[in-house]
Amino acid sequence: MQKFSQLDGLVVPLDRANVDTDAIIPKQFLKSIKRSGFGPNAFDEWRYLDHGEPGMDNSKRPVNSDFVLNQTRYQGAQILLARENFGCGSSREHAPWALEDYGFRVIIAPSFADIFFNNCFKNGLLPIKLPAYQVDALFNAVETNTGYKLKVDLERQVITAPDGAVYSFEVDAHRKHCLLNGLDDIGLTLQHVSDIKTFETKHSAAQPWLFA
Amino acid sequence: MNAKTLYDKLWDSHVVRQEADGTALIYIDRQLVHEVTSPQAFEGLKLAQRKPWRTASMLAVPDHNVPTANRAAGITDPISRLQVETLDANCAEFGITEFKMGDIRQGVVHVMGPEQGATLPGMTVVCGDSHTSTHGAFGALAHGIGTSEVEHVMATQCLVAKKSKAMQVKVEGVLRTGVTAKDIALAVIGKIGTAGGTGYAIEFTGGTIRGLSMEGRMTLCNMAIEAGARAGMVAADEVTFDYIKGRPFAPQGAQWEQAVAFWRTLHSDEGAKFDATLELDAAQIKPQVTWGTSPEMVLAIDGNVPDPASISDSVKRSDTERALQYMGLTANMPITAIQIDKVFIGSCTNGRIEDVRAAAAVAKGKKIAANVKLAMVVPGSGLVKAQAEQEGLDKILIAAGFEWRDPGCSMCLAMNDDKLSPGERCASTSNRNFEGRQGQGGRTHLVSPEMAAAAAIAGHFVDVSKL
Ligand code: SF4
Repeated sequence: MQKFSQLDGLVVPLDRANVDTDAIIPKQFLKSIKRSGFGPNAFDEWRYLDHGEPGMDNSKRPVNSDFVLNQTRYQGAQILLARENFGCGSSREHAPWALEDYGFRVIIAPSFADIFFNNCFKNGLLPIKLPAYQVDALFNAVETNTGYKLKVDLERQVITAPDGAVYSFEVDAHRKHCLLNGLDDIGLTLQHVSDIKTFETKHSAAQPWLFA
Repeated sequence: MNAKTLYDKLWDSHVVRQEADGTALIYIDRQLVHEVTSPQAFEGLKLAQRKPWRTASMLAVPDHNVPTANRAAGITDPISRLQVETLDANCAEFGITEFKMGDIRQGVVHVMGPEQGATLPGMTVVCGDSHTSTHGAFGALAHGIGTSEVEHVMATQCLVAKKSKAMQVKVEGVLRTGVTAKDIALAVIGKIGTAGGTGYAIEFTGGTIRGLSMEGRMTLCNMAIEAGARAGMVAADEVTFDYIKGRPFAPQGAQWEQAVAFWRTLHSDEGAKFDATLELDAAQIKPQVTWGTSPEMVLAIDGNVPDPASISDSVKRSDTERALQYMGLTANMPITAIQIDKVFIGSCTNGRIEDVRAAAAVAKGKKIAANVKLAMVVPGSGLVKAQAEQEGLDKILIAAGFEWRDPGCSMCLAMNDDKLSPGERCASTSNRNFEGRQGQGGRTHLVSPEMAAAAAIAGHFVDVSKL
């Protein structure tokens, strides 16, 4: 997994609540058996004017110039600013894969759907929850200032705005550790094989029918 | 001793170890697998030269990509076919039990699992699918996980998780005729919103819930995720035990008695504390219809579509405007004035035998309206299909003009050939009405099977309780 410690990145505002994973990556792209290559189809139905299917040459497709990700001033954005309940809907990890493949490393929103929030951490993406009034302020700032960037520091758990304003955020100790060091959970868990085996023995004695 | 909630009991009995910050390793009893969210997990496993920890805990089935008509021809879309073949190959390689496309036991993963007795009270159940919450209907702790977590559970039999808060949704009273578990679910989501349950595990309690069949409880828990809750649950009782008994994966003989005795302890204790409680009066719930592009955009059948002009919150107002525009509806129009083009009865929410029976009861002796281009019934599994045919339900539905299909996810998410064309409007018994969910530009209204069948007959939404 890609490490994450600090980022000084361009911000793009996606001003919609309840952005669901079907919108982040439409289902036809879920037919892939690969983990990569979803970036060009992130937000496919909003980004392009035609209907996207896997295998199309995305560079030749008509682009919806009204959609925020397509505006020149936001090209190269690495921070996605979003509204509440971002990532609701299906458990598809293709959603964070698509966002990461597109180039995002940080998503800031007042709230996230649980499964999506979890999935982000497994893929080197940092989802940050900020209070709604701070997110409002950031939306205003991004929309009024072209080239608006934020500095995100995971170690110190702070975001610094160009005007010097500092926003601190919460992150689980475990998730922070994994993200800072690029550690994947499986390796970590397998350090506890004996605990798992001990539990399994006890569990199968208590509920033998689960192991029949 | 501290009074515990059902969720506390399920959680506590599966903690392998816990870190200081509350991050825990939770032991997983059952992992269900389908073709869409597993290939990358199997690939990861193989790249790391790992093997599944306990293949006997796994059960696999292809459901999202399978065709619901002309099965003999196989899957024509090569990309879909490859995904299903990849599942077949992975299951064969690791010795995982799989019900393949031609198997009568094949079906939507959340219909198939319980039907096989593979979901039991007291279990932890995971699947790379958000509607895994369905299995909580058995008094199990069940949640949807991402593909990295699928791989993690395969490799370690554990999930890294933090305990959620507990919410109680208590429903008391008698449901009106024509009002179902689906309407309870939609009414709850309408009340608390699609993020209302975020961070919570919801336990559904109360006399109304006790009175629901297992099918109804599954419908309810299935939709818990649409309220933002990763898990929904109902304590097991006689209804649960009757449903499970004798199913292929259920405990047998002396173990059955032992299991039932243990399962009876799995309920929230008197005086157990919930972090939040919502109480609903069943008698107040009317048949529900969603009008927008999120399950929380829902109204009772006698309601009128909202008017953005009357909404003061600016984010809510623009969401409502956008939803009305996408759905092709005008402010203030009555729900009953909404004409439909297609009807979909099926999915892991409402694709069980009881749902097919309910639809057939409404359709019996009637004909679908002339403006309805397609009304399809997609049984949740091959066994549901066989049961329905034994009861003659297929004949009733076909006579009324419905198409009778083979089992799968079908038009719930339209990964196979069953989809809406742009602008088409569908009365659907599935669980999500997101933009493009049933096909790009398609317009979905979520309803119960009774309401879907009634809409098929009338050509527009009608109050099934008044038929
Ligand atoms: S029926 Fe729909 S919601 Fe259920 S598993 Fe299939 S696609 Fe998902």
